[in-house]
Amino acid sequence: MKPAPLSYARASDVGHALALWREAGPDARILAGGQSLLAGLNLRLAEVDGLIDISRIASLRTIDLVGDTLRIGALTRHADLERSDLVALHAPALAQAAPLIAHPAIRTRGTIGGSLAYADPAAELPACMLALDAVIVAQGDGGERRIAARDFFTGVFETGLEPFELLIAVEIPVLRPGRAQAVRELARRSGDYAMAGLVAAADVTPAGLRDVRLAYFGVGGSPVLARAAMAALDAGRPVAEAEAALDDDLDPSDDLQASAAMKRHLAKVLLRRVLADLTGTEQGRPA
Amino acid sequence: MTVNLHLSELDRPNSYIGKTVPRPNAPRLVEGRGVYVDDVVLPRMVHVAFFRSPHAHARIGEIATAAALAVPGVIRVFTGRDIADICSPWVAVLAHLKGLKSAPQHALAVERATWVGEPVVAVVAATRAAAEDGVAVLEVQFEPLPVVADMETALDPDTPLIHPELGDNLVFQRLHEKGEPDAAMAGAAKVVEAVFHTGRHTGVCLEPRSILANYSRPENQLTVHHSTQAPHMMQTIFAKHLDLPEGNVRVICGDVGGSYGVKVHVYPDEMAVAAIAKAMARPVKFVADRLESFASDIHARDHRIKGRMGVDAQGRIVAMEIDDLTGIGPYSVYPRTSAIEGNQVVNLCGGPYDFQNYRAQTTVVLQNKTPTCQYRAVGHPIATAVTEGLVDLAADAIGLDPAEFRRRNIVRDDAYPYTSAANMRFEGLSHQASLEKLLTMMDYDALRAEQVRLRERGIHRGIGLASFIELTNPSPFMYGIGGARISAQDGCTVRMDPDGSVVALSGVTEQGQGTDTILAQVVAEGVGVPIERVRVITGDTQVTPYGGGTWASRGAGIGGEAALQAGLALRENILVVAAAMLQAEAGALDVVAGEIVDKATGQPRMPLAELGRIVYFRGDTLPKGLPRELVATRHFITSDYPFAFTNGVQASYVEVDVETGFVRLLKHWCVEDCGRIINPQLVDEQVRGGIVQGIGGALYEHCLYSEDGQLMTANMADYLVPMAAEMPDMVIGHVETPTRESLLGAKGAGEAGTAGAPAAIMNAINDALKPFKARVTAMPFTPERILAALGTIPERRL
Repeated sequence: MKPAPLSYARASDVGHALALWREAGPDARILAGGQSLLAGLNLRLAEVDGLIDISRIASLRTIDLVGDTLRIGALTRHADLERSDLVALHAPALAQAAPLIAHPAIRTRGTIGGSLAYADPAAELPACMLALDAVIVAQGDGGERRIAARDFFTGVFETGLEPFELLIAVEIPVLRPGRAQAVRELARRSGDYAMAGLVAAADVTPAGLRDVRLAYFGVGGSPVLARAAMAALDAGRPVAEAEAALDDDLDPSDDLQASAAMKRHLAKVLLRRVLADLTGTEQGRPA
Repeated sequence: MTVNLHLSELDRPNSYIGKTVPRPNAPRLVEGRGVYVDDVVLPRMVHVAFFRSPHAHARIGEIATAAALAVPGVIRVFTGRDIADICSPWVAVLAHLKGLKSAPQHALAVERATWVGEPVVAVVAATRAAAEDGVAVLEVQFEPLPVVADMETALDPDTPLIHPELGDNLVFQRLHEKGEPDAAMAGAAKVVEAVFHTGRHTGVCLEPRSILANYSRPENQLTVHHSTQAPHMMQTIFAKHLDLPEGNVRVICGDVGGSYGVKVHVYPDEMAVAAIAKAMARPVKFVADRLESFASDIHARDHRIKGRMGVDAQGRIVAMEIDDLTGIGPYSVYPRTSAIEGNQVVNLCGGPYDFQNYRAQTTVVLQNKTPTCQYRAVGHPIATAVTEGLVDLAADAIGLDPAEFRRRNIVRDDAYPYTSAANMRFEGLSHQASLEKLLTMMDYDALRAEQVRLRERGIHRGIGLASFIELTNPSPFMYGIGGARISAQDGCTVRMDPDGSVVALSGVTEQGQGTDTILAQVVAEGVGVPIERVRVITGDTQVTPYGGGTWASRGAGIGGEAALQAGLALRENILVVAAAMLQAEAGALDVVAGEIVDKATGQPRMPLAELGRIVYFRGDTLPKGLPRELVATRHFITSDYPFAFTNGVQASYVEVDVETGFVRLLKHWCVEDCGRIINPQLVDEQVRGGIVQGIGGALYEHCLYSEDGQLMTANMADYLVPMAAEMPDMVIGHVETPTRESLLGAKGAGEAGTAGAPAAIMNAINDALKPFKARVTAMPFTPERILAALGTIPERRL
C-alpha cells in the first residue's frame, strides 16, 4: 500500500498551480483533500506522473454570498459545509448532504472541488449541484469558464473540465422563498457510499410541488436528473406516476451491495420519502 | 445460582479476583507507547513485499526477476523454488480427525498457485515502498487452470481436482449418530427443516499480521518478533521447517493489536520471511497491508447447513439432524487444520437442549479461495444459528412462544453432569437461570406487547432469542492427541524481588483483551500484594514458562489458574522465610497488601521489602539451610473434562424497514456464565466486542468471490465491518457457575458474544418479517436479501 514513485509540487496560488501543471504535463493530477486520490494511489489502482498540491491555497477556501448566488471555493471542506450558516440558510441541501459524506476525519480534509472534479457517481455533492442548478467555475490559462452542472458530469469519473483547467468554485442560486430542498440516501452503514440517494428541490405551492428537481446518485454512471419524474410532478400527476416514470429516467447497474432491480426499487422509496420531506406533511422514518 | 465454591479463603482485604481494576497497560497503549512488530527497528533490517497470485488456480511458468532487481533499493528476489530449499513444506492433518487429508503446502507457491492472493515471489528491499516497486515490475507467466469455486459441486465427478494426488476434493467427513434419529423423527408431532448459510468472512485486526525475523549465523539463532497468539507453537514450527534446533529459536510477541484467531495459524508468507532471514542472515520485516490481509488472512464460516428438528405434541425436541458442508480453500491450514470448524458444528449443534436422538454430518471440501481456519468462536455461531433457527421454527410449528419453547427444552440446571447428544460432557451449566435472568432484564412480556402495538402502525419489530454453549479451557483433546505440538498446559513463574515487588511470567499472551490485567489481579491476590506491585511479562519463549498462548478462551481459566497457584506457592515460600525472621510459625502469619501480618489479628509485622532486603543482601543472617526461594512456578492443565463448557443466552430487538430491507438494531442483551469472573468490566467488554463481531457476520461481513475465484471484497470499502454508529446498546448480565477443576473456577468468556449474536439477530429479523411470511436464513442478512425474501425484488446469487 505504498504509491509508485511520483513527483510532487505545492502550489501557492491558482496561477502557480496552472504553471506547475503545464510544466508537469497533462497526466499530472491536482491534489486537493486527497481523500479519494491518495487512497487510489496507495492501492496502485491509479498511477500518475505527478501531484500538484493546491490544498494550501487559502483563497479557494471561501463561502460567500454574492448577490443571489452562494459562491463556494473549491477547497471548502465538507466539514465547512456542515457548519456554515450561509450554507444552511441558502443551500440547505448541501448542509444536509455534508454529514452523509464518509466520516468526520474524511470530511475534515475532503473538499467540494475535489469531490466534483473526481465525479464519483455515488457521491452526494455532484447530485446536489444538479438539483440546485449550480454552475461550476473553472479557471484555465485563458481565464474563467462557467459550466452548468447538468453539462459538467459527463460519465463515470468524467467531467467537462478541459486539460489544464482547474475547478476553483461553484455558484449556487440561493434558496428562494417558498422553495424547499431535501436529501436522503440509503447506505448499509453510516458513512458508506449509498446504494441509492436523492437530492430534491421544489417550490412548495398550495397546488403541489412545482419546478421540481430530482437528482439521484449511486444509480448510474453519473448523477442523474430524473426528468420524466420531474415532469410528472410539475404537471401535478400523482406520486405513483412519478415513481413509474423513474423506470425511464434511471438505468442503474448491479453492484456488490445492490442489484439494478434493487436500486430501481430504492429510488422509488426515496422519492416517496423525499417528497414527504419537501412538503413537510410527514417526517418519514429516517432513511 | 452464584455458589462460592472456593474463594472464601481468598476473600480478604486486598482481594482483586472479582473486581474491576484499571488495566495496567491501558495508559501506555492509549498514549501511543505500545510496541508492535512494526515499531521494532533493527540494524541492517530489510523489508519484504510479495507478488501474489492474481489467478485462483494457475500453473506458474517463467518468473523474470531482472526488472525487479533493477529497481533502486531492491536487494534480492526469492521464488518458490528458492524458498523450498530453505523451508520444508507442511501438511496440516490431525490424527484424531480420521481421514483428514491435505496436500503439502510451501511457503511460496512452487508449481501452481491455488488461490488469489497466494504468495508466489518475495521481493526484498531497503524499504517496503521499494519492495512494492519491485513487485510491480515482476513478470510471472501463468497458465490458468480450471477453478473450483462452488463448494456445492466440489465433489462432483466432473469437477477438476485441486490436488490430483489426493484423489478427490474431499478433505474430511464425519458422521455422528446417537440414539434413533429416524424413528424419533418419524414419531414426531411436527418436523421443521431449513437450509442455513453462514457467509465466508474474516477477522479484521486493527494491527495486521506482522513479523520481523532475524537470524544470527554465528549463534545459529533465529529470533522472531511476531504478532501471534501462540509464541511457543511458532517456535516449534520455525525450528522444524527451517531445520533449526528448537532451543535456537526465540519468538518474541510484544503488543498485539487484536487477533481473534487470525494470528494463531502458520502463514506461508510469514514462513517465507523467516526463511529469507535465515538465507540472508539479516533482520527481515513483513507487515501485511490491508489488501493482502483480506486475501491472505484466514477466512472462516463458509458453511451451508441443512437442518431438521422433530418435536412432540408437548413441544419437546425429540430429534435433530444436520448436514453441514464447508469449503476451506486449497489447503488445510497448518497446524490446527481446517476440519475443526466443521467438527465443531457437529459437536455444538443442539448443545443447550435436552434430547438424545441426533445425526450430524460435516463434509469439508477444497476450493480455490483463501484458506479458512479457526476464527473467534470457531463453529459456535454456525451451530447456534442452525439450532436456534430450528428452535424458533419448531416453536412456531407447535404454537408455542419462543421463550416458553426454550424453557421446556433447555437442559435443566440440576441435570449435571450431563452428556449431550453430540457426546459433549458438561460439568455444570446454567441455561435455566440464564434464560430467566435474560427475560427479566429485557422485560420480555412488555417487549412483546410493544411489538404488537407498533405492528398496527406499520412498524415491524422483532425479538430473537438464542441460547448457546461455549467451548473453553481446552485439554489436549483439542489438538495434542492429534499429534500437534500445541500445549494445552500453561505455566506461570512468580518472583519477588528485593523491594517486595512481584514479577509474573506467563505462557499465555495478551492481544488487547486484558489478559495481563487479570493475571496481575490473580497474582496480586495469590501472593498478597497490591496490584501496582505486580508486573506481568508474556510473549517471550526464552523467558516465560512453556505454554499454549491464547486461543479457545484459555487465558483466564488455564493461564489464570497457573498464575494463582504460582502466587499462592510464592506466598508460602515467603512465609517460610518470614517465620524464621520473626520466630513465628509460618501458619500463624500471612501476606496482606505487601506486608507480613499476624494471620489471626491482621497486625502488621514486617513489610515485604524488609524481607527482600534480608534475603537478597543479608542472607548471612538467616539460618543455614533455610529455603529462601522467592520464585515459584506452577503449571495447570484441565484433566476431568476435555473442555470447560460455558453457556449463555442472547436476545436481539430489531426493527426492519420492510420498504428498504434495512435492519436497525435497537437493543441487545446477553446473559452468560463463564464461571468465576475475575474482572467484571473486562468480561462485559469481551462479551460486547464478541457481540459486535457476531453482528458483523449476521449483517455485514462477507468475502464475496466471482465464479472464477476472484475476491471481490478485498478492501475496507467493499468488505463491511460493523461500525459504532450501527451498534445497539448491549446489556450484559452474568450467572456464575465456577468450574470445580480449578481453585480459581474461571472458564472462558471470549467466544460468548460471537457465538450467540448472529442467531439472535436472525431470529429477531424473522420475527419481524413474520406477518409477511418471509424468512431469511443466509448470512449476512443484507437489505437486498431481506427485500428478496419479501418478494419485492428478484433474488440474486452472490
